[in-house]
Amino acid sequence: MAKHHVAATVNGDEVEFLCETEETLLDVLRDTLHLTGSKEGCSSGDCGACSVTLDGRLVCSCLVLGCEVDGRKIDTIEGMAKGETLHPLQQKFLEQAALQCGICTPGFLVAAKSLLERNPNPSETEIRFWLAGNLCRCTGYDKIIKAVMETAGDMRRA
Amino acid sequence: MRYEAPDSLDSAVALLAAAPGDARVLAGGTDLLVQMRADVLEPELIVDIKKISETRTVTEEKGGWRIGAAVTGAELRENARLKQAWPGLVEAANLIGSTQVQGRATLGGNLCNGSPAADSVPALIAAGAMASLVGPKGRRDLPVEDVMLGPRKLALTKGELVASFLLPPRPRGSSDAYLRFIPRTEMDIAVVGAGVSLTAEGGRVTAARVSLGAVAARVLLVQAAAQAIIGSTLDDAAQDRLEAAARAACQPIDDKRGTVEFRTQVAGVLARRAALIALERARNS
Repeated sequence: MAKHHVAATVNGDEVEFLCETEETLLDVLRDTLHLTGSKEGCSSGDCGACSVTLDGRLVCSCLVLGCEVDGRKIDTIEGMAKGETLHPLQQKFLEQAALQCGICTPGFLVAAKSLLERNPNPSETEIRFWLAGNLCRCTGYDKIIKAVMETAGDMRRA
Repeated sequence: MRYEAPDSLDSAVALLAAAPGDARVLAGGTDLLVQMRADVLEPELIVDIKKISETRTVTEEKGGWRIGAAVTGAELRENARLKQAWPGLVEAANLIGSTQVQGRATLGGNLCNGSPAADSVPALIAAGAMASLVGPKGRRDLPVEDVMLGPRKLALTKGELVASFLLPPRPRGSSDAYLRFIPRTEMDIAVVGAGVSLTAEGGRVTAARVSLGAVAARVLLVQAAAQAIIGSTLDDAAQDRLEAAARAACQPIDDKRGTVEFRTQVAGVLARRAALIALERARNS
């Protein structure tokens, strides 16, 4: 079986790659495109470490096949900072130490950015429900939620 | 493993029907990809149905609604008119998994995964939804309660797929609700699920359907529970009859998430609460 030839837009760049049917979007991002910011935690859609947006929709890249994304637009953690300028969420996570080991952080950032794009003024409850699919095993949730709330406030005032 | 993404139902059916080995339909993939990764399934062919317009659209049809089998939970939630007409169905679909899973998971996939604990299935059954099946012999509509025969067992024949669901027209004073019990607030599999859809006139229930999930080998349509409240104002006596009928229908398993006694008890409680919510919504609709 020949590999699938896929053309997609990743973080604004047009990319082409070859993949096997069983390769997930996460496999392609990490192993073929060498975008290793998206992490492999559970490979079953439970942990959210591989979160990306697909045509603007937050998904687990481990639950998408690489061959499904032909012609589609993917945004990953690598596209979040603009050059040397961090996204306000990234800056706030650093300032408030809203991370420990960092494995879950790219997923939290991508998911939180997706939330703030849809809801610039989320309540704490809304943030906790939105981010319930992102697991942090260093138990850093309170700092993460606080960082997202404060970033939302900063961005509304900006 | 082959992957095909046809843009017509005819092509999808032809591919599925001609596959020599195991062929699987891919909608949102939130169950299929996990099962493939765990080596539970090793299909020879995957047919992605998301390029077929019927599976991806929600339309008002014949006074009711047609919902594509591959429409995601997130898309259902964002459809304000659908949410107003069928709040219980939308809330059931939105109880499945995380935000990320909501971005992919579909009603068709939830049904065809064949789990008795599927959250959207009791809501679909309570709604009186028909599954629109397309196969080598053409199209047929099957009540959702007749699609799943048991765990991982479906009434679909070789080459058949669920293209869409048809929800019936909604008389005035109608609404629905779905409740489930899990040990935490979200991101878990139903220990019990209860869906109720009803119509009320002057506070009196004139029509009702009650469905229970995770309390038997398949999702149940409990006609005795509906009969227990039709004609009533959902007064205490009717609620007691509803609880008793719901419990009498349960044939649950014992497992780490709930005992037979617990599931049976909770099924009655959830059926009653879902009926009260549906009636309250119907009053305000």
